[in-house]
Amino acid sequence: MIDNHIVATVLVHLFTALAQLLLPKKTVPQMILSIAGCLLSFLLALALFMKVYSGGILTMNAANWDAPFGIVFVADLFSSTMVLLTSVAALAVSIFSAVGVGRARMLFGYFPIFHFLIMGLNGAFLTGDIFNLYVWFEVVIISSFVLLTLGGRIPQLEGAVKYMAMNILASMFFLTGIGILYGITGSLNMADLSLKIAQVEDRSVVNLTAIFFLVGFGIKSAVFPLYFWLPSSYHTPPSAVAAVFGGLLTKLGLYALFRCFTLLFVPDDFAQTVFIIIACATILTGAFGALIRTNIRRVLSYLIVCHIGFVVGGLGLCSKTALLGAVFYLIHDIIVKTNLFLIAGLIRQLRGTMNMGKLGGIYAEYPKISLLIAIVLFSLVGIPPLSGFWPKIYLIEAALMSKSYAFTASVILGSFITLFVVAKLWSEVFWKDAVVDEVIVDNFKPLKTGRKFLMILPIGILASTSLFIGLNAEFIIQVADRIANEMIDTTPYTSAVLGNK
Amino acid sequence: MELLLVFLIGALYASGVYLILRRSMVRLLLGIILLGNGTNILIFLLGTITKGKPPVMAANLEVFEDIYADPIPQALILTAIVISFGLTSFAIVLLKRVYALLGTDDLDTLNTPQEEDI
Repeated sequence: MIDNHIVATVLVHLFTALAQLLLPKKTVPQMILSIAGCLLSFLLALALFMKVYSGGILTMNAANWDAPFGIVFVADLFSSTMVLLTSVAALAVSIFSAVGVGRARMLFGYFPIFHFLIMGLNGAFLTGDIFNLYVWFEVVIISSFVLLTLGGRIPQLEGAVKYMAMNILASMFFLTGIGILYGITGSLNMADLSLKIAQVEDRSVVNLTAIFFLVGFGIKSAVFPLYFWLPSSYHTPPSAVAAVFGGLLTKLGLYALFRCFTLLFVPDDFAQTVFIIIACATILTGAFGALIRTNIRRVLSYLIVCHIGFVVGGLGLCSKTALLGAVFYLIHDIIVKTNLFLIAGLIRQLRGTMNMGKLGGIYAEYPKISLLIAIVLFSLVGIPPLSGFWPKIYLIEAALMSKSYAFTASVILGSFITLFVVAKLWSEVFWKDAVVDEVIVDNFKPLKTGRKFLMILPIGILASTSLFIGLNAEFIIQVADRIANEMIDTTPYTSAVLGNK
Repeated sequence: MELLLVFLIGALYASGVYLILRRSMVRLLLGIILLGNGTNILIFLLGTITKGKPPVMAANLEVFEDIYADPIPQALILTAIVISFGLTSFAIVLLKRVYALLGTDDLDTLNTPQEEDI
């Protein structure tokens, strides 16, 4: 079905950013525009999700060039869910930015760049053309470079060098893959490619291309052994920026990985084994990395890596239950990881540090805020009935059914270590008595009530979204189930894009 | 012509990877540029090279009667060149800034143990 409203969420962010560029140096109007734009895009994303949920896949041909010749935008359930989650996270981050980002950074154009980043993410989720996906990826990474370096402090720049080098390299791999793919099939439309790749006789070239895509998206989504840029750069920018990066950027890599390896290249036994090995190694190394860190955001960075492994493993098992679990985990992870980085920002505001050894006593001083944070930490660990619990059941069930015991063990061990790390974080930061000889710099108390509210509100929004996902799991499972079906049987996707030819 | 381009692509990729693996920031930058150029030529080559046959129909014809150069790879390369231009210029400014702040060209020294941040 043709529907031009698909690109509305992209356009909203584009025009918000442009309007903000017309108001340089005026931070308050930019802030209001940003929140309004994110709210509007959230409503549009919700409408798109409802439409796709009830009416099936929507497509839009850019400039009315028929697929496969023009660029198509496709909103199937997977992409519209990702767009919806992105807009929830973006709304929370834009509210948090109002207080959590310094005025100097706002003067140098924090808000417009933030909106360009979100625009790129939405575009990447919605496009149905592989080269167009590359272009959206570049929109995302160039915006993320600017957000990462904005402020220009030495650790930021050092992190940015590693981040920049690895991400440009990933784009090169991706582009090389696209070049070879065009050479062997003569098409760039993903639905068309899905049909044409199946007919290519020389499978070795197809497998080679798949490896280029695997490495390219592997770097972006931070899987073992390509993730080392992530923990060495995500702890440097302001927490609002780190929240977008941690919650959404790696998930864009995962989205692309799922798209490519369910639609274009269907993994054979060997590829599945590779995915499982990568997943186990990612879970274990990420978890062990999180154990030894003391800075909260470095811990969280390693936890991101650890939990990426769960999702990649679901892709590797490639059964319907596994894909369902992986998609559910992706949905849960976007919200929780964004929230955790916002919480790290809040903790810094409360105490002036993010070093666990120097923190303490927050529960005694701010019991209500601490309880709100506890909900998020519990849902990260996956205490039933909160959101992290359900996908793990499906993942473990799928792993046991396909007799992949190594992955089962990794998931269980990864969950235990996550529990341990979170318990350590809770007792060190919240329960332990405040360290006596440390000077506490509480930047939160002197804030006006309105600004305090702006800081707590986004955490509340995301925590209640987590609660909604956990307590309303039946609905989420239905959505994830339909997404998994779309991944296994791609005929609805291809026929929606190409027409019933 | 094709064979020449194959060797050129191989040389560009190999030297690009070699330079990226070095510790110097300038070599990293040069490596990225060489890899980008190699990729662009790869797309050009795989879109099958047709010499002197623009994809423009003669005025008195309804369809193409001869083979013609595929315009898509050229459009892709054009886009990729513009993007890599943007990325490279950002990278140059970033590396220059890092060099100005730290006074070193060595990637291994980029580990300031500064835990406190905003």
